[in-house]
Amino acid sequence: MMGLFSIFIGAALVNNFVLSKFLGICPFLGVSKKVGTSLGMGIAVTFVMTLASVITYVVHYAILDNYEILYLQTIAFILVIAALVQFVEMFLKKSSPSLYEALGVFLPLITTNCAVLGLAIINITEGFENIIEVIVNSLGAAVGFTIAIVLFAGIRERLEIADVPEPLKGVPIALITAGLMSIAFLGFSSLSI
Amino acid sequence: MDYIKALKNGVLDENPAFVQLLGMCPTLAVTTSAINGMGMGAATTAVLLGSNLVISLLRKVIPDKIRIPAFIVVIATFVTIIDMFMNAFAYDLYRSLGLFIPLIVVNCLILGRAESFASKNAPLPSIVDGLGMGVGFTLALTILGMVRELFGAGSIFGFSLFGEAFKPALVMILPPGAFIALGLLIALINVVTRKHDPKKGV
Repeated sequence: MMGLFSIFIGAALVNNFVLSKFLGICPFLGVSKKVGTSLGMGIAVTFVMTLASVITYVVHYAILDNYEILYLQTIAFILVIAALVQFVEMFLKKSSPSLYEALGVFLPLITTNCAVLGLAIINITEGFENIIEVIVNSLGAAVGFTIAIVLFAGIRERLEIADVPEPLKGVPIALITAGLMSIAFLGFSSLSI
Repeated sequence: MDYIKALKNGVLDENPAFVQLLGMCPTLAVTTSAINGMGMGAATTAVLLGSNLVISLLRKVIPDKIRIPAFIVVIATFVTIIDMFMNAFAYDLYRSLGLFIPLIVVNCLILGRAESFASKNAPLPSIVDGLGMGVGFTLALTILGMVRELFGAGSIFGFSLFGEAFKPALVMILPPGAFIALGLLIALINVVTRKHDPKKGV
């Protein structure tokens, strides 16, 4: 039990996907102007990341490893993720229109979110023992992504009304803010459970 | 010559990393040293050239509705080739870039050029466009890598510049340094370009 907990904290805080592994920077900078939309993005990513990592884990061991075609890993994983995102989009549209309305716009963006493919590959290279650990690690990474993007959106809402020097306006100040957040998250690295 | 203009467009006016802010993940993650930035840029350029050429050749064959999955398969194929090539011939670089080599697949720069340029133009202009964007991306990553290496380790391309007395600012090599260095570089570019073009200011 303790092992699972430390995997979760490790993925969410210590090795935060956005702020220390640099995965998923595009949505982090692109969809973080408002807290509401960034929370929506976070939930959509959590959903897809967890599903995708389970499926890619199974595909890796059941198909690629079994038939010794590991060199096809990149192609197979990106196809699985693209198909999954499409499928989730169609499923939500049919079964839960309200949820689709909330998450719909973010779903196509997720295919090219490197956090999803990155997580799928990390899950294989970390050498987790069973699928429970993979799920916990994926959930942790996704929660870490959501924490980072929501906090960042909160700061950016304040930055809108702040008096920023002209050349720093827009992206540069956002990047520097992200840098300061990243320093804060470095503090978690001394957290050992 | 239009080709010269296309090259200049990729390197300066629409530099993928500094102006368009595409491909941010590798830009921030691998630029801990100048050589890593350059290697990542070269790998991305190779994939971009290959995918632009093939997608441009196939542009009349690929049906419009499934073009995105088709593009992704083409890109993933080239990434796999580069991945194996680097594993065989540039193992040190392969080790230090690690996860970010397979992640070239999801670099928005490559899919972006495929969608907005290669799928609409003949092979030769597509290659030139890929070359311009690729060189611009490589240049940006190398500059960012040089800045971070200079402040974080006191060297450039592995050559120590300041001798023993220099105390490197380790934070520049750690993740926060990437964000801060890129933010300041973009701010610097804003200052310079605004000076040349006063109308653009305010």
